[in-house]
Amino acid sequence: MDAILLQILNGLDKGSAYALIALGLTLIFGTLGVVNFAHGALFMIGAFCAVTMQRLFGLSFETVDPDKTDFLGNPLKVKTPYLESWFGPEVGGALIDWSVPLAILLAIPVMLIIGYVMERGLIKHFYKRPHADQILVTFGLAIVLQELIKHYYGANPIQTPAPEALAGVAQLLPGVVYPIWRIVYFCFAVLIIGAVFAFLQFTTFGMVVRAGMADRETVGLLGIDIDKRFTLMFGMAAAVAGLAGVMYGPINAPNYHMGMDFLVLSFVVVVVGGMGSLPGAVAAGFLLGILESFASTTWATTTIPGINQIIIYLVAIIILLTRPRGLMGRKGVME
Amino acid sequence: MFGLDKKDGTLLIIVAILTMCAPFILNPFPADSAMAQFNAGYPDLMQRFVIFGIFAIGFNILFGLTGYLSFGHAAFLGVGSYSAVWMFKLLSMNILPAIILSVIIAGLFALVIGFVSLRRSGIYFSILTLAFAQMSFALAYSVLTPITNGETGLQVTLDDPRILGMSATADGSIPVTNLFGLEMRAAYDMAVGPWSFTFSAGYYVCAVILLIAFYLSIRIFRSPFGMMLRAIKSNQTRMNYTGLNPKPYTLAAFVISGMYAGLAGGLLAAMDPLAGAERMQWTASGEVVLMTILGGAGTLIGPVLGAGMIKYFENIFSKINEATLHGWFDFLPEPLENATVWVLEHFVGAGWHLTLGVIFMLVVIFLPGGLVEGGQRIGRLFGRKKAATKAAETKPAE
Repeated sequence: MDAILLQILNGLDKGSAYALIALGLTLIFGTLGVVNFAHGALFMIGAFCAVTMQRLFGLSFETVDPDKTDFLGNPLKVKTPYLESWFGPEVGGALIDWSVPLAILLAIPVMLIIGYVMERGLIKHFYKRPHADQILVTFGLAIVLQELIKHYYGANPIQTPAPEALAGVAQLLPGVVYPIWRIVYFCFAVLIIGAVFAFLQFTTFGMVVRAGMADRETVGLLGIDIDKRFTLMFGMAAAVAGLAGVMYGPINAPNYHMGMDFLVLSFVVVVVGGMGSLPGAVAAGFLLGILESFASTTWATTTIPGINQIIIYLVAIIILLTRPRGLMGRKGVME
Repeated sequence: MFGLDKKDGTLLIIVAILTMCAPFILNPFPADSAMAQFNAGYPDLMQRFVIFGIFAIGFNILFGLTGYLSFGHAAFLGVGSYSAVWMFKLLSMNILPAIILSVIIAGLFALVIGFVSLRRSGIYFSILTLAFAQMSFALAYSVLTPITNGETGLQVTLDDPRILGMSATADGSIPVTNLFGLEMRAAYDMAVGPWSFTFSAGYYVCAVILLIAFYLSIRIFRSPFGMMLRAIKSNQTRMNYTGLNPKPYTLAAFVISGMYAGLAGGLLAAMDPLAGAERMQWTASGEVVLMTILGGAGTLIGPVLGAGMIKYFENIFSKINEATLHGWFDFLPEPLENATVWVLEHFVGAGWHLTLGVIFMLVVIFLPGGLVEGGQRIGRLFGRKKAATKAAETKPAE
């Protein structure tokens, strides 16, 4: 029983990342009709926002601590982070611990701007061109972003530890311990997904966007500047991917190819959920996460060797062949 | 000539001359000069040019001609490599049976994947091929270890039970791949003054195969079958209404392109008898997409040009480092020199992927017909026969 609970938790956790990326991806597809192969790169940029913040706050210079000496009696140099020397050890130390939450604050405007620039500068010119061209140009962009990150941060994974208070494990039930940060990640994902849905459901802006998703032309004929709203939605989708990345850092050390790794998986998630369907993307994300988690158990891998590696693709292939619109896709979307 | 019209015949002859004289053309600088690092005429790289050229020619038949964007073609390359290495291990070090087997196995593999994937089109087809390729990659990496040797990769070893030929040579080393006794590694160095040209047996075998592959692709392009593929690309619905079933044609195109990929994989293994799972990763499929688009999808010569360009970038541009750049720009005043080098160093050496990505984006945005269209535009700019060339030009991909 505990084992099953643990697998479900693991699955929800993997699924959180899938769901968040797929949500943004399908938001872009649903509003703009663009297949964005650079979405994984946006996720990666989010993760590197966290790296940047941690570096910024971790920056330190050496000072001589008069109270400490080595065994020969020479004064000892200690490393003091800037923040500690500026704000004192208590405030400064606490601030370092806050680098991930602060990275979230940084990531939101950064991602919105990147999304806005991307849509206005590049994607806009590709609405009328075939999907293959959209895939190709965003694939090129993904390579460029990936290489820039590699150039500035190096090819090795960079550890971004979770804030100290959230770094340990928690006892959920007797006998079931689980890393706190992963629980935080799941809650965060639920929060973001809820916020996006609430935004689309309960605001006038969201209503107009939904109307635009259903019938762009009519909304345009009503005198509403739908393009402007869609651009903002692109920025929002980028921000969702970025936030997923910021919070993902402590789970797996960010590296320059994490975007490409997640891209394929998130496309599979989008297709399984149904292209353009927001609830579908979220449901498929969590579902595939849980499936993958159960497929990784020793029981599953001994019964069918390698099942943990291929389960997601297998599901995707079966879904695509039997129900190409996906679990919750609308009929007729690119069938 | 060979059933080609005059224009295609000329193209084939030009390609033949270029490939046969490649050791001269790619080695324009004297061996000990500063520019020698731009020489691409060493056997290893030349073989890559033509092998990936073959890969891209095959991919072009599916993507450029039929309009199906596959993101999983690296799987066939990998399968081809594995089959070739197994042939070396079990039968003989002769490359001919190995290559034949890799083409057949890759073709069968493509038949299965194509049969399933082609039930969908557009983005769904891309995702399906991607999923199949990632699955093959994951399996080759883990479960199929008895066949693929997992992450170490498959190699020929000293105790291979080779049916024809010996397991190890008299002096106890692994025999070299050969074509009826002609060793692939054999090379002849010709020194002309300060220049040095290398003629390698392996390269010429690959080059001849490239010519055959290229000739076949011209024939496919000009055949009624090729016409049908074009029709599928331009409007499949309309084709359905005329009562034609496009499925057998697309499947044939898929299998043919898969066999080309298998041939390329087999040749890679023939030149260097090892195969690894990373050859099947989806980024490797992305590479052949880049090659085809960069050169010009849907054109005859484009994919070969694209393959050559990417491999040149990968091997030559990546060798330029900061010191080299400082050497080039030391005539500038110091701050200006540093600034120039600082900008350029992002784009060379380890950053060559960045250059590639930028060029690729520019091509997709401004030159949808790739380098070939670029060449045509320049040609039209200076040429006199405007109307005449326009009628005969190859239609670039849309």
